[in-house]
Amino acid sequence: MKAAVIVFPASNCDRDAAVALEQMTGRKPRLVWHQEKDLPDVDLVVLPGGFSYGDYLRSGAMASQSAVMRAVKAHAEKGGAVLGICNGFQVLTESHMLPGALMRNAELKFVCRPVTMTVEETQNAFTRKYANGQSVTFPVAHGDGNYFADEETLNRLEGEGRVVFRYAPGQNPNGSARNIAGILSEKRNVLGLMPHPERVVDPLLGGTDGRGMFESLIETLS
Amino acid sequence: MTKITPELVAEHGLSDDEYGRIKRLLNREPSFVELGIFSVMWSEHCSYKSTRIHLRKLPTKAPWVLQGPGENAGVIDIGDGDACIFKMESHNHPSFIEPYQGAATGVGGIMRDIFTMGARPVAMMNALRFGEPSHPKTRHLVSGVVSGIGGYGNCMGVPTVGGEVNFHASYNGNILVNAMCVGLARTNRIFRSAAKGAGNPVVYIGSKTGRDGIHGATMASAEFSEDSEEKRPTVQVGDPFTEKLLLEACLELMATDAIIAIQDMGAAGLTSSSAEMADKGGSGIELNLDHVPQRETDMTAYEMMLSESQERMLAVLKPGREAEAEAIFKKWELDFAVIGITTDTHRLVVKHKGEIVADLPVTALSDEAPLYERPFSKRATATGTPSYDAKLPILESLRTILSAPDMCSRRWVWEQYDYTVMADTVQCPGGDAAVVRVHNSNKGLAISTDVTPRYCRADPYEGAKQAVAEAWRNISAVGAKPLALTDNLNFGNPEKPEIMGEIVSGIDGIGEACRALDFPVIGGNCSLYNETNGEAILPTPAIGGVGLLRDVHRMATIAFKHSGEAILLVGDAKGHLGQSIYLREIEGREEGPCPPVDLAAEKRAGDFVRQLIEDGRVDTVHDVSDGGILVAVAEMALAGDIGADIGIAGMTQSIPFFFGEDQGRYLLTAAPEVADRIEHELREAGLVHAIIGQTIGEKVLRVEREGEATLASLRALHESWFPKYMSGEEIPASN
Repeated sequence: MKAAVIVFPASNCDRDAAVALEQMTGRKPRLVWHQEKDLPDVDLVVLPGGFSYGDYLRSGAMASQSAVMRAVKAHAEKGGAVLGICNGFQVLTESHMLPGALMRNAELKFVCRPVTMTVEETQNAFTRKYANGQSVTFPVAHGDGNYFADEETLNRLEGEGRVVFRYAPGQNPNGSARNIAGILSEKRNVLGLMPHPERVVDPLLGGTDGRGMFESLIETLS
Repeated sequence: MTKITPELVAEHGLSDDEYGRIKRLLNREPSFVELGIFSVMWSEHCSYKSTRIHLRKLPTKAPWVLQGPGENAGVIDIGDGDACIFKMESHNHPSFIEPYQGAATGVGGIMRDIFTMGARPVAMMNALRFGEPSHPKTRHLVSGVVSGIGGYGNCMGVPTVGGEVNFHASYNGNILVNAMCVGLARTNRIFRSAAKGAGNPVVYIGSKTGRDGIHGATMASAEFSEDSEEKRPTVQVGDPFTEKLLLEACLELMATDAIIAIQDMGAAGLTSSSAEMADKGGSGIELNLDHVPQRETDMTAYEMMLSESQERMLAVLKPGREAEAEAIFKKWELDFAVIGITTDTHRLVVKHKGEIVADLPVTALSDEAPLYERPFSKRATATGTPSYDAKLPILESLRTILSAPDMCSRRWVWEQYDYTVMADTVQCPGGDAAVVRVHNSNKGLAISTDVTPRYCRADPYEGAKQAVAEAWRNISAVGAKPLALTDNLNFGNPEKPEIMGEIVSGIDGIGEACRALDFPVIGGNCSLYNETNGEAILPTPAIGGVGLLRDVHRMATIAFKHSGEAILLVGDAKGHLGQSIYLREIEGREEGPCPPVDLAAEKRAGDFVRQLIEDGRVDTVHDVSDGGILVAVAEMALAGDIGADIGIAGMTQSIPFFFGEDQGRYLLTAAPEVADRIEHELREAGLVHAIIGQTIGEKVLRVEREGEATLASLRALHESWFPKYMSGEEIPASN
């Protein structure tokens, strides 16, 4: 699997994503600067966590307008896989590559803690190596993770099996609608989620639950 | 031209004597711009004029120290060509006036001190002191400071891995916000600030200059009064986004060999960075302010020289390398301008709109700055043994202590900090020391910030010793070898002999502990004049220690890991209750002497425990500090969700045994047969120790002859105070 990690100004999980990808795939991903108009030939594009453009205006809003995002959209339209983690998820909703929006956390505070989620869908490139209904724990670290969409959209996401990760009861760290932690695009090739799978691939760092996502991608995309 | 009047001189915080000294040094009256430059360079904050002669007594050398005090930060060698660069600095006064921005820019400032030396910041810590919880401003200040630290550090993508939070009435009008940054570089790629050589371009990089923060250094060198809040415009506003770009751009430039010297523009901005770089390089600097990138129109030379706008750096490049450097900063969309040149005149010359507005010998700003040997008096320290009434059953006292503001869980605080970004945090907040892995290696850096201000009030000398010993102990308790420390000396007004006495004793105590523990001081910061309306804070010499863990796979944490293990106390249980948490929280008294530290015993116990961890024989260790043995056992049980059954090991008095705060102690667990062997070795080494109980299968804390408490009930108490308080619950005034 060949992967690229997009680097926006003030992305700050770009290195973490690259390290996890290299550890899991054995090859270094390409780091792509936000001003690039073209993507290298890759199977997976990762939009990493961070505070792109300082998250000024709204989280992810300015990044969604940067040059590289046109190429990312084109990649997704051709069926290429795109994974948006944390700020990357915010960029995906701001780019309308995923529906809904990520609002300020309900408690109005940044929150960093491990949270437990249920894997609700495994028929896709990102989670096929997990068991359906499996409980996994990833850390969250965000101020704007409160997923919101209108009722119709939420019903549609649920009906189409696009809610991939849901916070376990009592674990919702941000007040997101229907405990949603991560969703798929209609074509199921774009995943956005707030928790950080790339921070849980090394047992020394509090678990290996994130490995399943990278193993799924490797199996699907290699 | 502005006329220099005695009033103007006084407004600049300069005494009549100091102004006379300026005139003698120049053989003339200073210009208005020059007066401004002197006022910041001769401020306590920049010149250390009250403490310099005392700070010289601190031990600063060791074979592994690559850079001691005097640079932007200290540097130690951690092997394999890796260097660790760190420093702690205060942002107390701004944080009281505007807590979010004050704390945020404190974080930004200390990060720049680290990356200006070529290091990538890898961890942040902090030491925070607030007024009593019932004070009407405390909640607002806690909320603002914590979100400010998180707001800046989280955006930078540097994990904030721990720290301290205390409450005490002495900080009601003067909180303390001390931030520490730890970075990593290669030993052969360390950048310094000496602007050596003449004819080299002086370049300005980062944000534009505005009118914010003018005279911040002078404000930080004065006491507070009722009208301090009118000083809000002197608090700078932080922009972590720009700082993140500045970090990446600087590290990219540092990968070339274009830089001769570089320094961040911190307190006193352009003035101190240019003067200090020229001073250290033995050169001169000529600046043309017309080229300074400006955010506002019609800025005067005075304003530009004194602005403390954030996220700016000054660098001296090799001639001809300007275009290469400019391309890097353009890529990161940052300002870059050549604003001057180095000279061989040993003078700081400032030009603006075709005129020379300042022309000063560099040494007048550095070596010739006032140096005071201020009179000091030492208070009598408390003696004797305080009495106690045994008001509450032991477990009831434990419940009260675990839910006290100074002792409860700080989860509410650290969950607002991204402590896992960079994917190297191997020991998270809540333990004895935080540990971050050195990227791409198995080495780890253990970091701890410590001081117990109530001990320092009782005895500034012993209290300061204790602060160093506790940092050393916390680092040892995770299995790391303590290597060096940074100190952040927060005190009141040094012009008062009794405060100066606290400062002198504090520095002497730090020095003694550093020498005994082979734990040198490699940098730091003094914050004086922490007083409001004449009331000083508790003496608070915060210590930030760093140690090296050889293999992060051999590391101890505080959490109990298995039931059926023996709980072993290393160190003595003399039952010292003076200045203890027990006495304050249960008996309502802050009295008696603080616990003395026997530094030789401290070293022997720490070296022994560290060896056990390094040998892979023990992985569960907790130092015994605030609250004593029972609190430490409860913390270990809660962290591991494993119960314990403990007794008083043959002692007669249970309150001093469980709640005494004797120093130099550790609790550890081991399987019974391993514990036997360890006890034997402890006896051979002549170290006092005792088995005080064992871990058990039930999730309860059982105390011999006292009964038991469920871990769930203790956890609920321990975890609930902070969120309840911050959600606005009414807090009764203390005592």
